[in-house]
Amino acid sequence: MKDILRELEDRRAIARLGGGETRVAAQHAKGKLTARERIDLLVDEGSFEEYDTFVTHRCTDFGMEENRPAGDGVVTGWGTVNGRMVYVFSQDFTVLGGSVSATHAAKICKIMDMAMQNGAPVIGMNDSGGARIQEGVDSLAGYGEVFQRNIMASGVVPQISMIMGPCAGGAVYSPAMTDFIFMVKDSSYMFVTGPDVVRTVTNEQVTAEELGGASTHTKKSSVADAAFENDVEAITEVRRLIDFLPSSNREKPPVRPFFDAPDRIEPSLDTLIPDNPNVPYDMKELILKVADEADFYEIQENFAKNMITGFIRLEGQTVGVVANQPMVLAGCLDIDSSRKAARFVRFCDAFEIPLLTLIDVPGFLPGTTQEYGGVIKHGAKLLFAYGEATVPKVSVITRKAYGGAYVVMDSKHLRSDVNYAWPTSEIAVMGAKGATEILYRSELGDPEKIAARTAHYEDRFANPFVAAERGFIDEVIQPRMTRKRICRAFASLRGKKLQNPWKKHDNIPL
Amino acid sequence: MFNKILIANRGEIACRVIKTARKMGIKTVAVYSDADKNALHVQMADEAVHIGPPPANQSYIVIDKIMEAIRATGAEAVHPGYGFLSENAKFAEALEAAGVAFIGPPKVAIEAMGDKITSKKLAQEANVSTVPGYMGLIEDADEAVKISGQIGYPVMIKASAGGGGKGMRIAWNDAEAREGFQSSKNEAASSFGDDRIFIEKFVTQPRHIEIQVLADKHGNTVYLHERECSIQRRNQKVVEEAPSPFLDPETRAAMGKQACALAAAVGYSSAGTVEFIVDGDKNFYFLEMNTRLQVEHPVTELITGVDLVEQMIRVAAGEKLPFAQEDIKLEGWAIENRLYAEDPYRGFLPSIGRLTRYRPPVEVAAGPMAEAGTWHGEAETGKTAVRNDTGVYEGGEISMFYDPMIAKLCTWGPDRATAIEAMRNALDTFEVEGIGHNLPFVAAVMDHPKFISGEMTTAFIAEEYPDGFEGVTLPENEVTRVMAAAAAMYRVSEIRRARVSGRMDNHNRTVGTHWVVKIGDRSETVDIVADPMGATVNFAGGPSMRVKGGWVPGMSLAEVTVDDVPLTMKVEKKTSGYRLRHRGADLRVFIRTERQAELAALMPEKLPPDTSKLLLCPMPGLVVSLAVAEGDEVQEGQALCTVEAMKMENILRAERAGTVVAIRAEIGASLGVDEIIMEFE
Repeated sequence: MKDILRELEDRRAIARLGGGETRVAAQHAKGKLTARERIDLLVDEGSFEEYDTFVTHRCTDFGMEENRPAGDGVVTGWGTVNGRMVYVFSQDFTVLGGSVSATHAAKICKIMDMAMQNGAPVIGMNDSGGARIQEGVDSLAGYGEVFQRNIMASGVVPQISMIMGPCAGGAVYSPAMTDFIFMVKDSSYMFVTGPDVVRTVTNEQVTAEELGGASTHTKKSSVADAAFENDVEAITEVRRLIDFLPSSNREKPPVRPFFDAPDRIEPSLDTLIPDNPNVPYDMKELILKVADEADFYEIQENFAKNMITGFIRLEGQTVGVVANQPMVLAGCLDIDSSRKAARFVRFCDAFEIPLLTLIDVPGFLPGTTQEYGGVIKHGAKLLFAYGEATVPKVSVITRKAYGGAYVVMDSKHLRSDVNYAWPTSEIAVMGAKGATEILYRSELGDPEKIAARTAHYEDRFANPFVAAERGFIDEVIQPRMTRKRICRAFASLRGKKLQNPWKKHDNIPL
Repeated sequence: MFNKILIANRGEIACRVIKTARKMGIKTVAVYSDADKNALHVQMADEAVHIGPPPANQSYIVIDKIMEAIRATGAEAVHPGYGFLSENAKFAEALEAAGVAFIGPPKVAIEAMGDKITSKKLAQEANVSTVPGYMGLIEDADEAVKISGQIGYPVMIKASAGGGGKGMRIAWNDAEAREGFQSSKNEAASSFGDDRIFIEKFVTQPRHIEIQVLADKHGNTVYLHERECSIQRRNQKVVEEAPSPFLDPETRAAMGKQACALAAAVGYSSAGTVEFIVDGDKNFYFLEMNTRLQVEHPVTELITGVDLVEQMIRVAAGEKLPFAQEDIKLEGWAIENRLYAEDPYRGFLPSIGRLTRYRPPVEVAAGPMAEAGTWHGEAETGKTAVRNDTGVYEGGEISMFYDPMIAKLCTWGPDRATAIEAMRNALDTFEVEGIGHNLPFVAAVMDHPKFISGEMTTAFIAEEYPDGFEGVTLPENEVTRVMAAAAAMYRVSEIRRARVSGRMDNHNRTVGTHWVVKIGDRSETVDIVADPMGATVNFAGGPSMRVKGGWVPGMSLAEVTVDDVPLTMKVEKKTSGYRLRHRGADLRVFIRTERQAELAALMPEKLPPDTSKLLLCPMPGLVVSLAVAEGDEVQEGQALCTVEAMKMENILRAERAGTVVAIRAEIGASLGVDEIIMEFE
């Protein structure tokens, strides 16, 4: 009996060594942690339960039968993050380069199936050379199985991908279908075709970092949601994100004890809006002053900065925030910002996370670039996302809400529950100057008359009261009271039940 | 007494005057420019009159506009504050013509003291000791050399109309005297349109010590002791105190008597300040007389209990001084730190914008002002005083149009050490965010050995911070205290995290007691034993510290005690720890489990990128224009581009010669701080 126990321990010890000391040292030299070290950091101390430690591949070609390491290049299992269950897979670059074989993929599929069945997020730590070439189509089939599960799990459990090394070719499509992608600066990259192929096919000279590094994907392509300095910081911040997310679509978002009075008054918000309507201000100040403990988890901070998305807590409960940022492009809607916000709104709706929308939007960005790029359909995504969302929705218009953008940004007409406006808000089809130039075209030659017309238009429409008279705005509130009003609004909506009509699925303009 | 006065000023001094007036039952009128529509002084005054666009030369210093505001409101007297019209004889004249009282000295005194040569002559006539020098105008360089030789080197060559260091040269020999004369003359002509030059003895180890005088219109003049203002940056006072740590009672009395003699000689009434330069042997020489209320007057008020503004108003109304010289107290010690919106880490670059957070320390009344009942505003009483004179509020703007002063923070204690300690603590609780400011710098000065010993000269900042301010390194034991507090705080945060809803039953996270705390290169392992009253932090092989306090996660200010000694820190949550600011130090602290620390140690050290070949945007703003194109060669100081921030155009210049290899920002782009505008080779 003792021998058997010892054999188990020995086998485990071998499995835990991964690719052996030399390869572990090489991994460290690249500034990367090993698969198991990453798991150590991700889950609560001592909470990791490993599965399939002894799985090996079944390939017999190219001499692979001689090299059958336990675990097959990926560590899988579950653990807890602050006591809440998560499923994890962590690819082990030290074992066969973390390459994906049929069995490697099967291990991932197993925990994904469990995650869906048991209602817990899946966190994937990607560090893989790609398909295991020796296995040929078996490896591709493995990817396909993972992809299918990513698709089925989407909207059922949160899926988070961490790119912590190479992730190239077909492998990118699994992270691509998850809810969030986080990258590690300088040690991770993602692309469909690598620099060599790019050079051969298009004669473009580009480095892996330029083509698919963290900077590219967080600033240019928006493939990644954030990038971190190193593995430790990335994992620590993913733990922080998990604290905001529900375990599945069957559960409410988590609530955390909080130390911030819901009725906290912020007098300084009364002066947030500059006197001059064309002077920008930082919408993040409002987010931070409304949020519990000024704690804001921003998603896609460096992409389409004219729109801010991220998570805060109000009375300890997770709330998704979407906000125009007047500091960038005057906070207008465009292709990028619409896509960014639309995806965020749909995530929140899928996981029953209430939505707070802070609005200061002068309209859609004009121009051929936008029109040729299909701003019509991209803008429609955001409109669609807001309109179909059934979670509690609260909005505050701080300044401009003009034209179609007004309707898009969580307006009453899209079933928003509570719509507040600050006294500084202007809800109209367009700004006064533009409006008078259209309405009084014949008087354009007379600057005095036009000025009088503009002043009249401003008096009549550059305020929240026309909209409030119609009930499109539920209440005009003092800026300083915003946190209190929003907290109460969400509190009143905790029992909200709203169902969209049955359909196989909708046809959002992708 | 007047029923209504107008304050022809803005900012903290307007607010300060309003406080006293209100206490005296006098109604107040504020004036404001477009930029000050929502300013604190406008909110505090009973009435407010708009006087024009933001630039002072179109509003606050336009005599006609002030006169119009007086007429419109029926104010009977005007307090000019400092700066603006406070030392403008024409303004005093206009008021006199209109039959409105000027809460300041007579016009003749302003005129006499406004000119350096005239004032020096008057001083000599009144037997006030002046710096040995030549009072007449100097014709040419030869004469300058001759006179310099007679005075004895080193000498100072100065423009008569000068100020702010312009047109000023020090010469140690004949050659330098010749050269200095010429360059001073040129500079004076171009800067002031007045090229009159005089030469005087250059005082070594100089300290700037000034005497506060107060005179009524009935021939009574008293002095309210001195203020030491040696800590200056480019002639701008930063730290002031009263009394001076350098003077003895005899010197003080001698200086006071001379100051009073001078005031009497010019028929002075109201509050005024006689500035002296004092050398290492306590020889003092008259510099100039400021015929107004000084910025740093609160330190005098704190040690004497006299409300200077109240006395100015009473004198202007014709009242006699209610005290004689022997009634003037000198009790305890007062320090003033001027908080400026200037970023010390960026060469004291003025920083403008919105105060997203402004939480000054709680004011505490103590000392002579509390005893005399002259404390204005509401405050609890205590053993040490905290007084904050300010004109801003959270959510207000620091505008580009005026002096970038945010506040004057003063403390009083029974002795100098207590006053300094009170200042350190007050600075630790002073929260200012949204703009760059010099709080870390003044905090550093409060802990500087030379300041603590009182052995400073006017060269203090230039000598002690020759390369600018690069932050503070805390003593090791203070870092240990910070580590203990941070570890205890972090553990509380982690315990809260582990109480999130939706946990697996019976599989909670146990938050451990072993942590590794890291600040800079220093790493310590601690064991934390928590109880309902606080936590004991045991350093491995080191001390054991008891941390107590009411901090909870999310609070931006931690006021805790470590071994019963208060420790106040500004707290900002960061990944695996905090950014903590304390005593001018800005610390990034990491708190990790042993396993986390072990793995974090494997992470590569990432050096900050080399930015020497980049032009970075110094403030959030909009690129208005680019003055160069890719491929251009640029010289040091050449304009590269213009960035508009808060409606102010800032021209960014080349720091060294080079070639523009890439322009990364386009016109119209809005950039954040440190975003790359262009690259050089």
